[in-house]
Formats: sequence, C-alpha cells, structure tokens
Amino acid sequence: MPTLRFTKDHEWVRQDGDTVVIGITDYAQQQLGDIVYVELPAPGTRVEAGKEAAVVESAKAASEVYAPVSGEVVAVNDVIAGDPAKVNADPMGEGWFLSVKLDDPKALDGLMDEAAYAAFVAEQG
Amino acid sequence: MRYLPLTPGDRSDMLAAIGVPSIDALFADVPAAARLPGLVDLPLAQGELEVERAISRMAAKNTAAGSVPFFIGGGVYRHHVPAAVDHLIQRGEFLTSYTPYQPELAQGTLQSLFEFQTQVALLTGMEVANASLYDGATACAEAVAMAHRITRRGKAVLSGALHPHYREVCETYAQFSGLEIVTLKPMPGIADPIDIDIETACVVVQYPDFFGELRDCSALAARCHLAGALLIVVVTEIVSLGAVKPPGAMGADIVAAEGQSIGNALNFGGPHVGLFAAREQHVRQMPGRLVGQTTDADGKRGWVLTLSTREQHIRREKATSNICTNAGLCALAFTIHLALLGEAGLARLARLNHAAACNLADRLASLPGVSLVNDSFFNEFSLRLPVPAAQAVAALAEKGVLGGVAASRFYPERDDLADLLLVAATETTTPEDIDIYGKALAEVLR
Amino acid sequence: MTSWSQALSAHPGAAAETATLTGNRGLQLEEPLLFEQDSPGHCGVDLPEPPPHKSRLGGLERQGPIGLPGLSEPQIVRHFTRLSQKNYAIDSGLYPLGSCTMKHNPRLNEKLARLPGFADLHPLQPTSTTKGALELIDTLAHWLKTLTGMPAVALSPAAGAHGELCGMMTIRAALTARGDARRRILVPESAHGTNPATAAICGYAIENIAANPRGQVDLAALKASLGSDVAALMLTNPNTCGLFEDEILEIAAAVHAAGAFFYCDGANFNAIVGRVRPADLGIDALHLNLHKTFSTPHGGGGPGSGPVALAAALAPYAPLPWIVHGDRGLELIEHAAGSAARSIGRLKGFHGQMGMFVRALSYMMSHGADGLRQVAEDAVLNANYLRVRLAGALSQSFPGACMHEVLFDDRFLKDTGVTTLDFAKALIDEGFHPMTMYFPLVVHGALLIEPTETESKASLDQFADTVNGLAARAKSGDAASFQAAPRLTPRRRLDETTAARKPVLRWRPDPPRQQAAE
Repeated sequence: MPTLRFTKDHEWVRQDGDTVVIGITDYAQQQLGDIVYVELPAPGTRVEAGKEAAVVESAKAASEVYAPVSGEVVAVNDVIAGDPAKVNADPMGEGWFLSVKLDDPKALDGLMDEAAYAAFVAEQG
Repeated sequence: MRYLPLTPGDRSDMLAAIGVPSIDALFADVPAAARLPGLVDLPLAQGELEVERAISRMAAKNTAAGSVPFFIGGGVYRHHVPAAVDHLIQRGEFLTSYTPYQPELAQGTLQSLFEFQTQVALLTGMEVANASLYDGATACAEAVAMAHRITRRGKAVLSGALHPHYREVCETYAQFSGLEIVTLKPMPGIADPIDIDIETACVVVQYPDFFGELRDCSALAARCHLAGALLIVVVTEIVSLGAVKPPGAMGADIVAAEGQSIGNALNFGGPHVGLFAAREQHVRQMPGRLVGQTTDADGKRGWVLTLSTREQHIRREKATSNICTNAGLCALAFTIHLALLGEAGLARLARLNHAAACNLADRLASLPGVSLVNDSFFNEFSLRLPVPAAQAVAALAEKGVLGGVAASRFYPERDDLADLLLVAATETTTPEDIDIYGKALAEVLR
Repeated sequence: MTSWSQALSAHPGAAAETATLTGNRGLQLEEPLLFEQDSPGHCGVDLPEPPPHKSRLGGLERQGPIGLPGLSEPQIVRHFTRLSQKNYAIDSGLYPLGSCTMKHNPRLNEKLARLPGFADLHPLQPTSTTKGALELIDTLAHWLKTLTGMPAVALSPAAGAHGELCGMMTIRAALTARGDARRRILVPESAHGTNPATAAICGYAIENIAANPRGQVDLAALKASLGSDVAALMLTNPNTCGLFEDEILEIAAAVHAAGAFFYCDGANFNAIVGRVRPADLGIDALHLNLHKTFSTPHGGGGPGSGPVALAAALAPYAPLPWIVHGDRGLELIEHAAGSAARSIGRLKGFHGQMGMFVRALSYMMSHGADGLRQVAEDAVLNANYLRVRLAGALSQSFPGACMHEVLFDDRFLKDTGVTTLDFAKALIDEGFHPMTMYFPLVVHGALLIEPTETESKASLDQFADTVNGLAARAKSGDAASFQAAPRLTPRRRLDETTAARKPVLRWRPDPPRQQAAE
C-alpha cells in the first residue's frame, strides 16, 4: 500500500518504492479556484525539498508547488498541462503534477499523515 | 477653489459627524516635528486665465515643428493625425476611465485594446501582441529580458545600427539583471558582423535601422534559430510597415516597436506608445497587459484582462517584469488613426512618405560635398556632409530650417560620425519645404 | 458548478426580460469589432496620390496584404463613440478605488498640453528652439522639489512602477559606488506587488516585515531584520491600509543607522501633499504618480508619469536626461559625462512624459500652495466621513481614524454566503465602480475605499447609503441576488477562467469553409 503524506503547503506525496508522485490537495485547489495553467519542470531535472518544483495558476493567483522531497524528476503529468481543470476535478488522482525518484527513501517519515493533515486543515478555518 | 466641491459648511458638518474638532485631529499620526505649520513656498491658487497665460508663455518660447520646414526623425516622426482621433480620445469615458480591472464597466477600453492587439499583430506579421508598453526603448529592453528568460542564456547582441537610446535603456536594465550586453560598433551603410554562440540569448536589429537602411533579416533569423537564440527586431518608424515586408515574415521571434507615428503627436518625446509582439508559444513570458476574448454569463462575447498572473501585482517578486501601466490613451489614439487609414490608407501613406524622402534625398545629395550613405531607406536616410553635421544643424536652424539630427548628438565621442546627418521626410513634407531646405543647405555649405 | 453560476441562471440578466431585435437596449448599443466591418479599399482619410518616384526600398516591398479593415470616418466615429459608452469613468461617477486616487481630471490640462508649442515639439530639435519646454520641466521640478522637500527629482520614469525601478536603481548604484553592495530589501507585508517585483529586477532578495496590530510596520520586527546586508526599506506612507506610519521617524533612523536607504512609494501622497514633506520624514527616494496625486488622466490604463524625488546622496545617480541650470540658461544633458557622469543611464527613450508634465503643472499652478494643502485635507476628511458612515455596517480592519483611504474586510459578510467579489458586483448595478478589492493582502477579502477630495458631500452620502443598503441586504440572507449581480450592465460575469486557459488575444478571420465529405 503506497504511503500517502502531506505538507503544510498543501501538497500530497504518495510513495511507491523509491519513487513518489506529488500533487496538490483538495484544500489547495479549492483555495486557488479555477486553475488555468500549470508550469511543470522538465523530466531529468533535480528538485530540492522545500524549494519550488512547479507553479500552479488560477485567474487571480499564482502559487508555488514546493517539492516535499529531494530527488530527480522522472515524469510530469502532461495531461494537466493541456487541461488544467483536471487539477480542480481530481487533485489526488488524475490531477497529479510530477513523479520524483527519491534521494532518500525515508524522506516521507517527517511529513504529516492523512489524519494529521485533516486536523491541520481544520485549524485553517 | 473650482476643483474642490466641499463648502465650509460641508466641512464643519462632516467634522462633527466624524467627531473631531478640526481637520488637524485627523493628521494626529504625523509626528509633530514633520508637520508643516504653514504653506509651502509656492505661489497661491490661480484661475484658468492666469495659468493659461503663464503656461502659454512657455509654449511660445518653443518653435513648433509645423511652423518651419521640418526634417527631424531619429526615432520620433512628425505625421498628420486626423482631427477625429483627438476628439474621440478626449471623450470622458476614454480619457477619465481607469485600467479595465472590472470588465463589466470597461468593455469599451477592453474591446479597443483587443482591436489594438490585433492591429499590431497584423502590422508586424507576428502571432500575438500585448496592449502596449511605455515606449519603443522600454519595449526593446523588455524583449531582451524576455529572451533571457526563455533561453536561459546570458548574452544579448545588439546591432550597431540600433537606436542609441534603445541600446542605453537595455544597458541600464541589464546592469542589474546580470545579462551581458554586447553592442556592435555603429557603421553607417555596412551590415553588422554578428557572432552568435551558445551563450547568445538574442540578437537585436532595427528595421529600418538607425541610419535608415532596410535589410532583410531572414538569413540572420535562420542563423539565430540554428544557434538556439531569438531574433528581436526593433521598428522605430511603424509607418514603414505599410510599405515593407514585416519582421514576422522574416523570422523575427519578438518585435519591439515605437507606435508614436500613428495617432500620437511628437510631444517633445512623450507620452509615446511601445508595441510588443511575439510568437504565441511565448505568450506566457510576455510582459505587459493582455486582453483576451471570452463570453459572459449570458453567452455574449466580451473581453477581459487575462494571463494576469505574469504581472507584478500577483507574482510579486516572480513577475515577468514590474510593468503596471500600458500607454492606454496613446494606444487608443493609435487604434483610431490606424482604423481611419485602413489597409489602403496605410499603404498610400507609406508611399507618400517614401516618395517625399526620395525627392529630398535626390535634392540634398546633389549638393557639392554631400553624399547619401544609404542603399535603401523608407522615410529617413543619412548624409555625409563636408562640415560637422552639428554645425550644419545649428546654422540651418538660424535660417529657420530644422534640417535633421546630427549623429554626433547621440555619439559625441565618435569622430568618424561627426559629419553624419540623419534626415527624415513624411507626408507632411512639401516640395516647397524641400526646395527651401536645398537652398538653405547650399548656403550653409558655401 | 460554482454557486454564483447557479445564481446567475436563476436570475437572468435584465436583458433577457426585454428582448430587442437588435440586441441594443435604448442607449446601450452593441458594436462589433472593426475587423467585422471591413469595406475593402475603403479609407477614412483622404490622401493624395504619391508623385512618381523610383522605389529605394531595397527589394523589401511588402508582398501581401496586412489584413487591416477599411472604414469611413462616420463609421469609425460611431464605432469608438459606442465603445466609449460602455465605459465607466471619473466623468460619470465616483470611483472609490483605494490607492488609485481617482480625482477629477481638469480640462484646462488637456488644452494646455495640446498647445502646438508643446505637442508639436520634437525632442531632438536644437535646444535653442525648445527653451520653453525646458523651462516648463524645470518649473515642474521646482514644484515637486518644494512639495517633497527633496533637493533633486528625476523626471524621466514613465509610470509609478518605472519610478520605483528608478529609485531602487539609484540606491543600488549608490551602494555599489561606496563599495558596500548589499543583498536584501525589506518590504512590509501590505506592500503593493510592484515593490517586491522591482526589488527582484534590481537583483535583490526580498524579505517581508510583519505588520503590528494597528496595520503599520512593526518597528521591533523591522529592527530585528535590519542588518549590514540590507540595502533599503521600501515603504508606502500613508500605507496601503490608509494609515500614516506614526513611527516613521524611528523607522528612518533605524534604517539609516544600519547604513541602508529609505525608499518611499508615493502612491498615497494625496493624503499629505502640502501638509508634510517626505524629506522631513527621513525619506531618501520617493516616486510620485502624476496620474494619481496630480490629476493627469488615467486614460483607460495610461499613459502615466512617475518622477522620483531624490536625496542628495542619490541625486548623482539620477537617470538621463538631466535639465540643469548652466551659464547660458537651462541645459539638457543627454550623456553620462561631467556632472552626470555617475548617472545610472537612460530608463526610457528621449526626455520623459512631457505631455503629462504640462498637465501636472497646470494642475499644481491652478491649486497653488493653499489649494494643494486643501486637497490633502479634503481627501482625508472625505475618507473619514465615509469611515464613520460605513463603520456600523462594515467591518473596519484597523479601528480609528484613517488618512485618505479606509480599509474594510469581509468579516461583515461572514455566514452570508456573499463574498467581497459578489458585493462589488452588486455595487456595479447601483451605478458605482467597485472599490479596490482583495488588496492589501494583510486582511481577508479587503475592500479599500479612497473617495478623493473631488467628491461632493452629496456624492459621498449617496455612496454610503448604497453600501449600507447592500450590507443590510447581504446580512438579511439574500445571497442569491449578489451572486447574480451585475444584472444591468451590457456584459455580466465574464468567464476569466476560460480566457486564461485558452487565450484568444486577437481577432482572426474565419477559416474558409470546407466542403463536407459526403
């Protein structure tokens, strides 16, 4: 069962072996409103934990998507590049952003699990 | 005071409603040391008559271009603007409206800007254009910055025949961005030898160039693209595109132009209107405002500002540039004038400009010691004189002829350009003007 | 489906109720694009046939058509007249846009800017033929220096953001010249987005300074952030919450003690003109917006003008050109030589926004020292009057007196189902342009209201009555009517999402019809 974790910046990360898939949460897509554009990195580039990996834009706002982990970008979701509405419709599934080969297989250990994230979101008010 | 509607009675009623004894109470947060006790040392309020008199006196000390035979170009051109343009832009709904952030209240501005964007794209032969920038020189600097962002390369190569002000603005902006600006030596009449390598983000050429020459940049575009660089074409006389092949047809990636020639007066250098056009694939890297077509809740066609997330009020430190303003009313004037000209009118206007310049060139180059530098030109060309051009310009001015601009005004340190004079003619240039100039120059050179 | 689009379906626009054959509604006239009205070959300008000449275009003659439409003058005048009628404007009504200073644009300014001695003047004419232009620019500079108390002013920036760039570039140049390159710029959280964007363009890293509970810069937080690697603090004063930074002298002292410069965004100068001089507040560079404080028209988005007043330490770095008093009168300095040797260079072609200089000077001379002081007082009075008239129904973010603008947030709309956006759209139906929304970012659902001094008390009362009425309606539970607003404008709730997802940025002709395969 792939491990699912969350960050305080409202990204989710799902691990399967030594690669992870990263996206933004339902809370994030609601906050942003209708998403109009996503800017994804090129496969093969490196991402660093806590640094910008992608950008997601709505009509009125642009937000950085920070890499929750460090590693090399294996694939990006071209579907959302052509149809950003998918991020709103299915943020945890078809609306994924990128997959990364982990530097450190234990990188997810420090992140919130589903219950902790739900509590975190409830606090946001 | 005629512009202030509040009466003393209003003021006291309002202070009472607010619950303070005097207006000073509302300035209580100002530190006492910084409060001005009285009026600043400037004249008191004046009526329209007095203000008009004072400012008119200043205006009267200037020689209006239309009052003498006039031949100055150098990046700003004197054209005739039809009377309807100025009347329409002074309608209060255009003149005194704000940036169209509330599209339901600004379809007039938005539709006219969409028409402007279309006109600029058509004229330049490019896929997409923005809603204008401050002027041609800042548009050029923004184009260089955009090429830097797209290619992620650190060097811009500027033609020696690029307008010196445009080069200077690029250099000023680049001081702080870390971009290397390589400027080639200005060599009137000779094509630049342009080196492109893997560090080159862009090459910038001007068309017609600063000395008036027209060059096909298709081959240069191909070389740029092979090397992974972008070609930026600058146009300072937009009317030329009514007669010549547009930059888009020659492979330009970005066109940065000055639109002043259409719809806008000389205005001593400002306000003017920067035109900016590029390939659709690069639209998200474009600076400035963009108007997009859409539909409303009832399915009707309308327009909105779009792709705003490039702009600084949203991206903040990650913005594509810090530009907040377009040239608004100047862009509208451009749109109206170009609408009045239309396809046929612009082509004829361009031919009139070229014809006047051809006659002028023939007349002046026939004088002893005067030679035409250009193989080709549109409405501006360069002459080599047997005396320093600056001297000739001053002497002509004393004879009541504004005969052009000396290259030395831009390049005071270049002895090899001291005898070079830039001369322009437009549809406002008459055969009589040309005759007067010819005679005056002959006298000056005697 | 979002809630407002459901409401829109339930409350169709007023147009649906009174259909017409043309789609026009009385004085509201529909108007297609120019490109849809082409009469090929037509022209709205009569030009003579060019005399015969041999082409010297170097073989680069245009081969194909450009694609521009041809129309006659009457059609074009009607086209743009109809378009103008779809715009709201200061001439039509109140624009309570915070930080925009939407004051009346005097027509004398337009007349004087069009005098041939200014409008028909080429920047490259010999300066002996442009003495009056140099005199006007010098006079404007004198007025701006006197009002700000600063010894120098750079006039070439074309807009406020351009002026900010200018100011920050002079700061960086000054620091570089003293061998003290610094890396950081401090910016309050409440700053307008141009501030950090400008700082980034100048190569600086940006650090935000928190606000105190009163909405002003937290002095302790500022002092903690200051260090030997801070180049400048960029402040707006009065700030974007409409409040004067009352600790500004302490702020300036702390910034200077750290060896940094104090930059001020002068967008809100209207609140203090003639009553406070920025130089007396310790400011080193201040950009002014001639299109805000000094009435030059907004023109649907421009042109503007953003001169920058500079302290003595920054003056040597001012951009070209300079206009200086020489032995033989005013001189135009166009090159970085002599006294201008340390200039940062040019920020724009030619000399600056002369057309706006004429307008601004006409405005300033009309008001005079006494009138300008009255402008600030009436601006502050009008804003505070609205504050007290609205404070009951709306939630003021920072209680107490404000300067020339007052900030509310969306707490008063809590649990009503009405957002700040919906509230603004309802205001449109009432004949008002909405106030600034969602700015500054330091409060939720911000509504920033700046009436300016050119609104009469009656105009303010009508606006206040309307806003209070709408607030009451929102609180009474009628969210749907807000979500369906506006209903009375020619277009309503345009789809900005699709416009951004699939940008259509120009007209294109319809493709030729294809024969359908049978």
